[in-house]
Amino acid sequence: MSSDVTDQPTHRALGLTDDEYEDIRTTLGRDPNHLELAMYSVMWSEHCSYKSSRVHLRRLPSEGDHVLVGPGEGAGVLDVGDGIAAAIRIESHNHPSAIEPYQGAATGVGGILRDIFSMGARPIAVMDPLRFGPLDDPRSRWVAEGVVAGVSGYGNSVGVPTVGGETVFDPTYAENPLVNVLCLGLMPAERLVLGRAEGPGNLAVLLGSATGRDGIGGVSVLASAGFSDAEADADKRPSVQVGDPFEEKRLIEACLELLEGDLAVGVQDLGGAGITCATAETAAKGGSGMDVFVRAIPTREPHMEPFEVMTSESQERMLAIVEPERLDEVLAIAARWEIRATVVGRVTDTGQLRVIDSDGTDVGEVAEVLADVPARSLEDEAPLYHREMAVPADFDARRADSPDALACEDAGADLLEMLADTSWVWSQYDHMLFLNTVTPPGADAAVLRLKHPGTGEDTSRALAMSTDGNHLWCAVDPRRGAAMTVVESVMNLATVGARPLAMVNCLNFGNPEHPEVMWQLSEAVDGFTEALDAFGVPCVGGNVSLYNESRGSDIDPTPVIGMLGMVDRLVARPPGPTLVEGGRLVLVGALPGTDGGDLLAGSRWAAQQGSRGTGNLCEPDFGALEVVAAAVRDLVGGQAVPAGAIVGVHDVAEGGVGLALAEMVARSGEGATIARIEDHRALFAESPGRAVLCVDPEHLSEVLAVLEERGVPTQRIGVAGGDRLSVKGLFDLEVAQVTSRWSSALPDALDRGTTQG
Amino acid sequence: MSANVAVVRFPGTNCEFDVAEAVTALGGEPTIVFHDEVSLGSADSVVIAGGFAHGDYLRPGAIARFSPIMEAVSRFALEGGAVIGICNGFQVLCESHLLPGALQKNAGLRFKCGTARLRVESNRSALTEQCDVGDELDIPINHFEGNYTCSEETLAELRDNDRIVLRYVENPNGSVDDIAGICNEGRNVVGLMPHPERACNPLLGSNDGVPLMRSLLESALASA
Amino acid sequence: MTFDVVVEVRLRPGIADPQGATIERALPALGFDGVSSVGVGKSIRFTLESADEESARAELADLCERFLSNPVIEDSEITLTPVAS
Repeated sequence: MSSDVTDQPTHRALGLTDDEYEDIRTTLGRDPNHLELAMYSVMWSEHCSYKSSRVHLRRLPSEGDHVLVGPGEGAGVLDVGDGIAAAIRIESHNHPSAIEPYQGAATGVGGILRDIFSMGARPIAVMDPLRFGPLDDPRSRWVAEGVVAGVSGYGNSVGVPTVGGETVFDPTYAENPLVNVLCLGLMPAERLVLGRAEGPGNLAVLLGSATGRDGIGGVSVLASAGFSDAEADADKRPSVQVGDPFEEKRLIEACLELLEGDLAVGVQDLGGAGITCATAETAAKGGSGMDVFVRAIPTREPHMEPFEVMTSESQERMLAIVEPERLDEVLAIAARWEIRATVVGRVTDTGQLRVIDSDGTDVGEVAEVLADVPARSLEDEAPLYHREMAVPADFDARRADSPDALACEDAGADLLEMLADTSWVWSQYDHMLFLNTVTPPGADAAVLRLKHPGTGEDTSRALAMSTDGNHLWCAVDPRRGAAMTVVESVMNLATVGARPLAMVNCLNFGNPEHPEVMWQLSEAVDGFTEALDAFGVPCVGGNVSLYNESRGSDIDPTPVIGMLGMVDRLVARPPGPTLVEGGRLVLVGALPGTDGGDLLAGSRWAAQQGSRGTGNLCEPDFGALEVVAAAVRDLVGGQAVPAGAIVGVHDVAEGGVGLALAEMVARSGEGATIARIEDHRALFAESPGRAVLCVDPEHLSEVLAVLEERGVPTQRIGVAGGDRLSVKGLFDLEVAQVTSRWSSALPDALDRGTTQG
Repeated sequence: MSANVAVVRFPGTNCEFDVAEAVTALGGEPTIVFHDEVSLGSADSVVIAGGFAHGDYLRPGAIARFSPIMEAVSRFALEGGAVIGICNGFQVLCESHLLPGALQKNAGLRFKCGTARLRVESNRSALTEQCDVGDELDIPINHFEGNYTCSEETLAELRDNDRIVLRYVENPNGSVDDIAGICNEGRNVVGLMPHPERACNPLLGSNDGVPLMRSLLESALASA
Repeated sequence: MTFDVVVEVRLRPGIADPQGATIERALPALGFDGVSSVGVGKSIRFTLESADEESARAELADLCERFLSNPVIEDSEITLTPVAS
């Protein structure tokens, strides 16, 4: 076996610690062989086992009356009414995308889709929160172009619309981009399928692509080690997987047809750790065992070793557990969709996962057993680490360094610098397929018509989704930063008239062996928990990506969330972040009191001035924020005032009221005359839970009455129209300046060319 | 009487159910027809829907052209039946020689999804007879290979015989002569890159696809 | 006889080649000044069983015309090498 060539013990070469090796010996009561070690190494990797983060993730609230499936399965599943269940999941594909941006992103999309349709749901929307290094760095531009092309190339072709996401450029991601992918799927509620291998004698049928050497060891090497230098980088290249969206498209149709026909007991996607993971997971969850006939598995290359076959991450493969009498029907559906389907194993009642040197035709009686381990030991008994945590040494010093003390020379120029239209990215994505997209990308949240996935019947309701993350907030204070991220998502949903149903999260952090990183992660989980408890929103799934670092420097903590919401009555398209001439501008929600907090802590403006991670975030008042969000929701949704009273709305977050206004101006081409913004602190403060409303003057008094009655802090700040954006006492810009900077920022930067090296 | 519209589905097609939804909303009766079938049944008209038939591998439409159903589609077209190819369907019709020319990669070399304004250039076609010449319609586009190209002679023929049915008001992809859609000599076969089915509901931003889809339903009945 | 076949498919003269043009535009910035006439095509490789070279060529011409290239915009060039059996 290839690992023999290293001079260190095999288990260490495979990334297992000496203690983990001893655990395996105790479990087996003997020394594991190389194949078994390879299987443990992939299953016990950080990526598959969450061994560093599990103790923390347990604290997140996950219960709710409408929660059908919580964390721990392929996806979270929610009852969204009318007999419809929604499956949602978010994942990261950070390290693969750093090495090969196009394929890294493409296979990230492929992987998340399989998580969704393995539950029986048809994927109906993808969102991509993307974070890259700075635009003035040619390599970061190469990564950004490649990732966007990969999402576009795979997502469009596989036929699932990409309806939103985020695009952030920041030096913290210079050598470690974050490519997170969220997917939403719908199914008739009665069709929910879980990845269970039940019923001894049932067959394990492998569907989809042949197994190649791609991603061998990818789980432990790619997903669990930071990059040190270019040479090591190049060595890892062969283990990048290549995606085939056409194969995936056929796999989706074939699997959904199997599940519609009730032909499979369980279905599981093959993700990280490939067949080992799929077979161990289904067996462990089904309380059964599995015999895997390793020679039956179709391979793409000759002479593949059993350990390669068992750990390959080849894409576009699924495992279905099928009763023997339904096998012919399953094979017929696969044939119709031109999908390879092969019986590669059999469910047993032993609890053991055995790998047998056989193609299954000799039923393993005479064939050699190559591996024989308890299925549960791979899946449930992975090590659990209470890693050391420590508050960063400079935490107090940074808190004392208030960015509120910084002077602002030219607020208008600072504001222009923040503007960037992201349509360069999302115009490359099919965001309209399935005729659901009421609010396309570029607004605060995507809105999708909710149609019954079985009958196609329109419910007159809509689902809304927002993805949010803010590393600058979390660099100051991961706890409050994470809580504020939840507030921002809730407000984003409110601006399209939606109430939150559930959250999923993707925790992108640095090296867990650094105590400060584990502290950040723990704090972020606590921040989420506080906010979710306050809003009564469950977290139904998540993903953790650690070791996001380059040359020993950790990225800023970047917990990203996806929030799913419900529009209870969809009567018209939400107005979106725009202005209508003559509209009265109203700022709802208040800046927090400054006692103990700095208005500009963690702000984009402070970062522009070179002050990152400094000061003290203000504490969110969840009760007050809920009142604001509810008011915005009801105003926009037409519940509290006639539909059409609100002609534009934008949440206030990154870049503060200043950026919110400038974006509304850029999108509409209308100017605005603003007063009553006290100073640059009030202009750029990012405390979320606020929104700018553009109100039809005919309905202004009604809107103000509703806000007053509900006790929402309200400030009339100006009027829309004209060819200037002016904020009294702070700046005065031409609308043309604002729109031109906004629309040219990304194309100009990205058309400057890229280099790979 | 409502029109029975066969919507062709190749492996990799992804707009077939969207077309069916729009057809149903306008009172037609859609039937999804899988590519391995040899008959269109009792169809009054045919739509080849958008997507990535056979993954667009080799060239968009190149492999789909050889699917069994395409023989039936060709026969149906030759007999005067209305056949509309939308986006990937347009590419399939060109590869099948039911329409002249070819679709190349967009001039900007990027996939482009958004809304384009079209001008109706001819209302003598199965897709535009409910429109007036000069009408401007906002219809979504969604393609990487939408850049129509053909020989000088073909272009002259298209122009001289009023076979350019839709043009872009602002050319998004480099198409020769701003061509968004063309028809065959019989005017019963129409191919276009934009997606009229995506513009049949005001909640989605445009209702301008309705006259196009209506034309299709009407011509279906006329030719039946 | 068995042949190793390479089919090169390229855009016909006069057909716009946006990929080639883009590559050509990018080259000077990278310090490659002398490059011109960039064209992007594809090459398709396979092995073919046929009675002799003549029948192989006839078959390949048909295959290219009907499937591997689109004669409206593309030309193809066939290279075939007999494999020693």
